[in-house]
Amino acid sequence: MSDNTYLVGSNLEKALKAGYFVATGELGPPQSADRSVIEHKAGFLRGIVEAVNITDNQTAVVRMSSISVGSMLLQLGLEPTIQMTARDRNRIAIQSDLLGAYALGIRNLLCLTGDHQTFGNHPMSKNVHDMDSISMLQMVRDMRDGKKFQCGDPIKGQEPRFFLGAAANPFADPFEFRPYRLGKKAKAGASFIQTQIVFNVPKFADFMQRVVDLGFHEECYVLAGVAPIRSVGAAKYMATKVPGMEVDPEYIDRMTKATKGLPSPKEIETMDPKEAAQVKKARKEATENEGIQICVDVISECRKMPGVAGVHIMAIEWEEAVDEIVKQAKIGPKYDPARQNA
Amino acid sequence: MIVAEQKPLDEIKGMIADAEKVLILGCGTCVTVCFAGGEKEVSILASQLRMATQMAGQDKEIREFTVQRQCEYEYNELAVEHVRDADLVVSLACGIGVQTMTEQFPEKRTVPGLNTTFLGQPTEQGVWVERCQACGDCVLELTNGLCPVARCAKSLLNGPCGGSQRGICEVYAERETPCVWHEIYERAKTLGRLDKLLEPQPAKSWKTSRDGGQRKIVREDLRL
Repeated sequence: MSDNTYLVGSNLEKALKAGYFVATGELGPPQSADRSVIEHKAGFLRGIVEAVNITDNQTAVVRMSSISVGSMLLQLGLEPTIQMTARDRNRIAIQSDLLGAYALGIRNLLCLTGDHQTFGNHPMSKNVHDMDSISMLQMVRDMRDGKKFQCGDPIKGQEPRFFLGAAANPFADPFEFRPYRLGKKAKAGASFIQTQIVFNVPKFADFMQRVVDLGFHEECYVLAGVAPIRSVGAAKYMATKVPGMEVDPEYIDRMTKATKGLPSPKEIETMDPKEAAQVKKARKEATENEGIQICVDVISECRKMPGVAGVHIMAIEWEEAVDEIVKQAKIGPKYDPARQNA
Repeated sequence: MIVAEQKPLDEIKGMIADAEKVLILGCGTCVTVCFAGGEKEVSILASQLRMATQMAGQDKEIREFTVQRQCEYEYNELAVEHVRDADLVVSLACGIGVQTMTEQFPEKRTVPGLNTTFLGQPTEQGVWVERCQACGDCVLELTNGLCPVARCAKSLLNGPCGGSQRGICEVYAERETPCVWHEIYERAKTLGRLDKLLEPQPAKSWKTSRDGGQRKIVREDLRL
């Protein structure tokens, strides 16, 4: 990471290498063939984040393909980071898709094992798992740096060159192995890591301290996963129902108290419809603002930690919140004061 | 051992609907040990079918026989008269037994009375758990005796994935299936062999697994 050449030269790689505190975003493709959904969501993310992750059938629910949405984002003036899971494709399909993705102009790739299909809407499907995230990283790195396919055959012609990333979940067990697993991904070819959403700052700080002590932060850029919480219900759901996710009770408390001083849902029932609608709107705004504020606070905490190179903002189905978050956090191409003079 | 469980009775009734003389043929090896297709299960199924067909006013003859190992011709030879007399054989062996019978008695239809489920181990009375997927290229040295191919829901070779919580795998709704990678990690730590788990493992070759097509072993030293 010290020389002046780029592996790929994507915006994301350049911004990370320049030492900016980077912000990336995320866009969940629709469960339909509707391009307008992409255009609509892209409008909320253009110019304010470095690159946008396009999920690959997240939670094993069928959605528009990551590479096709990535191609649309390029046309719309955004830099995509396509996600590729090992759940649905074997090594033949992955390599083939990546040749095409590179030819379409896509330059960032996040290699994932993928959520198990039993969580999705086709639990009866056969999973592939020909490889896992780490062997996929090795394969794609060797396609780029060794100009060869996984079988060893040479790529005669343009090789696909991707800036490679991977995920890490600091909140999964066994906790003490997690920093090593991150290091394993860096060793396999990951230049950047995006973590599970941080809602437990002390535990993430402990994780990062271990990563730094092992020196892995010098082998890859670590982007802390963050997300705005939209409602008290969503906070509680993430705290109790999502495996691999830990939510500090303080945040649930803050979300609950956000509507303090406003009439309660019970009081709203007795109001006339017009007034009720206004109060409901005010309650929603207060809750959402607090959700955004918590996200900004988490970003600020993560930024203080050694080894954290930026944040990955996952405002799935709430892409419009990202502008406010990066604005308040003063990060990203549009709002980072350090970028204005660059 | 090969673990199997009996098909639903209605499904078996459907399979024998057109036959008048039915032979229920058990197997005395794996499926006897896992209480799915031994002499006792053959007898119970035969009684159930007799009752069911009588109540339905059908005139069927249900016979019973159990061989020691249905996957070998020489044992099945002992059932030859029963097989000849029957219109249909319901095999209470694993899928290998069904196919051995089909090959050995091609003029007869043999149908499966069991679903062959996995290669596993009885972990406690009445509980069997999958332990091997017969991938044909054993990794148990790397993982110190715990198989990630059979026991990890994603067959990871570089686990544990992000869905491992307090030693439990996120995939199973009942939330009590251990994350084998957590177990592999703990065992490697105890043995002082963690260094091997820190090395990225390349993609496995599945050529020796089912993915390479039907598998076959020929031992020239044993052939006649």
